[in-house]
Amino acid sequence: MLFVAPIIQLLILPQAANYTIRNINLSVVDLDHSSYSHKLSEKIFASGYFRSSGYPASTSEAFKLIEEDKADIILTIPNGFSQNIIKEGSQKVAVSVNAINGVKASVGNNYLGNIIQDFNNQIRTEWIQPARINSQPSIEIVSAYWYNPLLTYYIFMVPGILVFLVTMIGANMSALNIVREKEVGTIEQINVTPVSKSLFILGKLIPFWILGNIIFTVGLLIAWLVYGIIPLGSIPLLYMFLGVYLFALLGFGLLISTYSDTQQQANSIMFLFVMIFNLMGGLFTPIESMPGWAQVITKIIPISYFIEVMRMIVLKGSSLRHILYHTGIVFGMGVILNTWAILNYRKTS
Amino acid sequence: MTQFFIFVRKEFSHVFRDRKTLLMLFGLPVIQIVLFGFALTNEIKHADIAVIDNARDVASEQIIQKLEGSSFFHVTKTVMDPRQTEEVFKEGKTKLVVIFPGNFYTDLLHFNKAQIQIIADASDPNTATTLVAYITAIVNDYQASLKGQAPLPYAIVPEVRMLYNPDLKGAPNFVPGVMAMVLLLVCVMMTSISIVKEKELGTMEILLASPIQPILIILAKAVPYLLLSMINLVAILLLSVYALDLPILGSIPLLMGESALLIIAALSLGLLISTVTESQQAAMFLSMMGMMLPTILLSGYMFPIENMPKVLQVISNVVPAKWYYIIVKNIMLKGLGFSFIWKETLILAGMTLFFLFVSLRNFKIRLQ
Repeated sequence: MLFVAPIIQLLILPQAANYTIRNINLSVVDLDHSSYSHKLSEKIFASGYFRSSGYPASTSEAFKLIEEDKADIILTIPNGFSQNIIKEGSQKVAVSVNAINGVKASVGNNYLGNIIQDFNNQIRTEWIQPARINSQPSIEIVSAYWYNPLLTYYIFMVPGILVFLVTMIGANMSALNIVREKEVGTIEQINVTPVSKSLFILGKLIPFWILGNIIFTVGLLIAWLVYGIIPLGSIPLLYMFLGVYLFALLGFGLLISTYSDTQQQANSIMFLFVMIFNLMGGLFTPIESMPGWAQVITKIIPISYFIEVMRMIVLKGSSLRHILYHTGIVFGMGVILNTWAILNYRKTS
Repeated sequence: MTQFFIFVRKEFSHVFRDRKTLLMLFGLPVIQIVLFGFALTNEIKHADIAVIDNARDVASEQIIQKLEGSSFFHVTKTVMDPRQTEEVFKEGKTKLVVIFPGNFYTDLLHFNKAQIQIIADASDPNTATTLVAYITAIVNDYQASLKGQAPLPYAIVPEVRMLYNPDLKGAPNFVPGVMAMVLLLVCVMMTSISIVKEKELGTMEILLASPIQPILIILAKAVPYLLLSMINLVAILLLSVYALDLPILGSIPLLMGESALLIIAALSLGLLISTVTESQQAAMFLSMMGMMLPTILLSGYMFPIENMPKVLQVISNVVPAKWYYIIVKNIMLKGLGFSFIWKETLILAGMTLFFLFVSLRNFKIRLQ
């Protein structure tokens, strides 16, 4: 199960992680029924970003669709829309957005705004001499997307999720290990042997370290066979960092183990940290957007360094000099955590 | 019945005796709600970008100023050789390079046309596309300001209203999700482990040999966690209202009732896990490893479900947190009543019954 669970997750879950916002459900309340209003809604749905969730007859009916989550955006085209554009020179349309997911709301609103703007320009060219439009100065933006030109989201997620899976397994196993011996009572047998504290901790560490390497290797193979992701950078470099990272991570797990008396305690402490690792390590949400104090937390958890390094080496082909800083910090963390674990481990109660 | 209450009392003293676990049990949800409620946002702000300004004229400088002035960007390098672009990306911090060609302003003046080149580090496609969109908007703004102030005729003006979350904050989306996740995972883990613990330490035999019905032994184990989780729930709700400024628009008793349903579903899932595992470590693996990522990824608060492949959309239906997330959103943020969430409630209740049924069938009265 130790192997199967992470493999299945790596196979399935990256597909779920997709921020690309499309298929926004839009309801058009067309109170005008003119050829302009028909053209506008046609243009919107032809863009591919929006999916129609019906043409409710009134705004209140449309709001019900938002409450039921069937619509994300309502566009209300008021009565007299096409007449007013031409006679009054300007006309408002109402856009109501379900903004619980703020990003989705603002992206959807931008898409819609651009389409309306486009449509507006079309109308203008019908009524104004084309020459006057073209004489406006225009700045063209040419953009290139490096490292992932097709903007495939799982290419970004797979390396990060692999790091998280290795972390979760390593942390759990090491945190439960010593405390399990305490709970079952076998620790006393070890305590009466002449083995030194540091050797004992080190001996606990090495099997997990090897296991972590194996799981990581399996994960890399899956990334290659299933997702076609081959590290651009050097693979030995990747393993070098993995080695340093596992040293720090397992030290942390053993430290928790020395502090707890029961597996349940170790487990609940580990749960807190794994959740923090998971949500604040930069796996799902960008670290730069977090408030300052939260960024400090991301600096003291080792996983944020590994996720970054992994993405740098695998996706961009960064080399040793780019990750020296990360390696140094994580190694320092490893030394501190392991020394702490050794000092905190008592042979006598 | 008295026997049952005596067992419940015994379980309570188990829980209260283990001070460290108790502290974690109460501290965990509180810490997580506050931490994640404030820290999590999928907005993109303060991204490091580099600018290569070959023009150094009024127009390019004004645009750079506008970029620096927005909260989305943080211009770190302004003088750079284009050949360094790759190196800058490999260092990892810089997300995007903006290149102004020489004669940018003169081209704009004389030919009415000029070009800006953007190279984005698309290893994170979401950040890349969003940042390019931000720059496009800023440049369009600048372009519009060049045209002068006269409003264009025949204008369609969208009037936008952001419902439920006018400031577009991250918390309204993430808090219900984190609530679902924390309540679910804590309950599943605690029940499964506390039952398996008895198996592992060999004390289960003693309990089974007592005259009380085995099923009541197990139920007695769940009672303290149900009670503690309800207290946790109150703490979480108080925090989200007073610390995170998230109102509860709908009925509070309804929200409590639905949450109790989720907690009971989680406890029964924990029970189910405890019947199929033999060691605490295995129980923990199943409840944490097996459930954490699926709960985060498939409940819909991190990634929109409608964007996923069809298969995953189907799989997401078996994740209890997904239904609870919908329920909490509807009650807390939209202020809707039971008539809008009866379907989700029914599904959660059905799941609970299913978990209970399977675990009772699996539960072995005798040990091997």
